[in-house]
Amino acid sequence: MTIATLKESRLDPAAAAYSIVLPAGEHWIHLIKKGQTFRIVDLEGNQAVDTLFYNASDYSERYSAVDTIREQGNVYLSTGSRLLSSECNTMLVITADTCGRHDTLGGGCSAESNCVRYPLEKRYMHNCRDIFMKGLLEWGQGMDKREITHNINFFMNVPISPGGKSAFADGISESGKYVEMWAEMDVICLISNCPQLNNPCNAYNPTPVRLLIWD
Amino acid sequence: MNIDPELILFEETMPGGWNRSHILKRGTALRLTDLEGGGNVSAIFYNAGNTTERYSMPDTLKAQFISCIAKGCVCYSDLGRVLVSVIDESCGWHDTISGVSNAETNRRRYGSRGYQEAGNGYYRNGFGSLLLELAKHGMGKRDLVAPVNFFTKIGVNEAGDMSFTPGHSRAGAYVDLQAEMDTLVVLCSCPHPLDPNPEYAPRPVRLTLWRSAISPEENHCRTSCPQNERGFINTAEYQL
Repeated sequence: MTIATLKESRLDPAAAAYSIVLPAGEHWIHLIKKGQTFRIVDLEGNQAVDTLFYNASDYSERYSAVDTIREQGNVYLSTGSRLLSSECNTMLVITADTCGRHDTLGGGCSAESNCVRYPLEKRYMHNCRDIFMKGLLEWGQGMDKREITHNINFFMNVPISPGGKSAFADGISESGKYVEMWAEMDVICLISNCPQLNNPCNAYNPTPVRLLIWD
Repeated sequence: MNIDPELILFEETMPGGWNRSHILKRGTALRLTDLEGGGNVSAIFYNAGNTTERYSMPDTLKAQFISCIAKGCVCYSDLGRVLVSVIDESCGWHDTISGVSNAETNRRRYGSRGYQEAGNGYYRNGFGSLLLELAKHGMGKRDLVAPVNFFTKIGVNEAGDMSFTPGHSRAGAYVDLQAEMDTLVVLCSCPHPLDPNPEYAPRPVRLTLWRSAISPEENHCRTSCPQNERGFINTAEYQL
């Protein structure tokens, strides 16, 4: 399956049941019900949106990056990608995408990974896994660090080369680009709107995104 | 690289399709040998003293600008420390982006055969086998993260399409993993889910544990990139 399938949505933002602007550096944790459609809009362009999903009735079943890419035979996500759980059930399906390609191998930034990738003093910067942690602690229900697994980075560009290399490259998203997905099960969605300032994943300028849900 | 027989602590052959775990003490190393060729050994690494710290595929890839594991790489934990370093290996490419088999991928490829029918040759899958082994250490599904699939190569082309490379690992291929901190390693020798062989034919693996004691200063994995230099500093701080 070759990915990069640009597709627009017919859904009207004015008819959405839920709409919120999430500033950079903030978390969002929310129930998305089976049959609802969820959209993330990159309002100002090149903003990485770190995203995890859990089965709402058993959060030990969660989004699995490796099962998702293996079963679709391609490392990038776009229209038609079925986001599979750790038990290979479809959680959501990407139904529209005006960006064209999203990463799921780069993971989220953290204090600890920043101080490996960049100078040691970069430990003390706001980061996605701290933001995920805040969301999990807010949700409670026994969720903890073990829930932080390999996430999707919507709008982020991590090219994988045939020679076994990877890189964090300039984004391919722009202001107003969006990705939309349909829920095939009740899921809890956890987002960190990425605050990374050390690489081009946010074009060195983290910006807000809009989150919408249609019934 | 030949291992000095006097340094060997333990050796065993694990049959294909099985699971095993061991706490690798800092300064010891584990050699996995693909005895027949065409093997696959899925491995996940945990801090033996705190298993919520675990191998992180994304951190390992992005710190070293790689998309597969090879000689000179290290396997990072999600807390920025080096769990094991790949001090030697003979394949040049070990997959870490495509996960393990499960009951459904097994059923699609092989059908199913239970113990009553097949005895100890019953069809086992990576997900189930790793969970069994994790449970012995008080862990479960929430701890089952993306493993390294030693001896398997999954190529990725410019468009991002993934493909299994047949014949990648020859008989006698090996990989040497040195523990840089006390590391629980959980292993499973089930076939890779993208292995197109229609027959369930898991391959045995030889496990050799030895006192390697390559110091960080002598370890080429540390100097292979400045990121690993910092990873080793973080790991040394943890031992203080």
